[in-house]
Amino acid sequence: MWTWFYKLASPPHVYGVAAAFTPWFLGLAAIALGYGVVDGLAFAPADYQQGDAFRIIYVHVPSAWMSEFVYTTMAIAGAIALIWRIKLGHAVAAACAPIGASFTVLALVTGSLWGRPMWGTYWAWDPRLTSELILLFLYVGVMSLRSAFEDAARGDRAAALLSIVGVVNVPIIHFSVVWWNSLHQGATVAKFGKPSMDLSMLWPLLSMFLGFMLFFGAVLCMRLQAEVLNRERQAKWVREAMHS
Amino acid sequence: MGGYARYVWPCFGLATVIFAWNLWSARRYLAAARLRAARALIMAAGGES
Repeated sequence: MWTWFYKLASPPHVYGVAAAFTPWFLGLAAIALGYGVVDGLAFAPADYQQGDAFRIIYVHVPSAWMSEFVYTTMAIAGAIALIWRIKLGHAVAAACAPIGASFTVLALVTGSLWGRPMWGTYWAWDPRLTSELILLFLYVGVMSLRSAFEDAARGDRAAALLSIVGVVNVPIIHFSVVWWNSLHQGATVAKFGKPSMDLSMLWPLLSMFLGFMLFFGAVLCMRLQAEVLNRERQAKWVREAMHS
Repeated sequence: MGGYARYVWPCFGLATVIFAWNLWSARRYLAAARLRAARALIMAAGGES
């Protein structure tokens, strides 16, 4: 089993798989995002309380979910690299960081633009907003730490450690609306029981989420190829791949 | 957009910008990595001859 695991995580195998998957992920992401945008903007009914401002959720909610998902992926990859000394884990973590940071910026700005008409302010030091901002700082910290060392291996290890420590922030973001009094509304989809959202509004949201996931997969594959090439530049398989 | 257009459209606009930046930067990063690998190959070939 371990032989299979190590073979699966071998750089040439991953490089080939990532190259093959990228166009598929991109094509499927375009379909899912296209459907989500058209259905969410043109066909989903306006919310009875928030009016058309609720349509911001079609960008805000998937980007917020992705910011947490990508961070968790990065921390797991870092842990795998540290525990089992699989170098590919560091490559995955390094590829995840800028994508996750960009999703976090999107979640924060769109949340702010939703907050202005709904709460009367662009920003409040609310537990959900503050913990999401800390997530952005963690992403920036992980990227900075990785590039702060001359020895790339030390930078990888330090970044992996920070990402593992910082993963404690992910459940804090998720449950902040339950644990503390929060301006932010509670969970409407990711909760036990039936989502408190009509299907006509829910389908475009789920389609957008799928589109965000597939897009993340595509960009991760591209960045992962680059990370693998950078780390394995002197390897024989890279020379063969470049020749072919 | 029921009076909320100035909040809704910038969100979708920013999402487009973020998606475009992700694609552009990933492609650029990959192209740079391929170039570095090709240079390393040329250097190695030069050293061998």
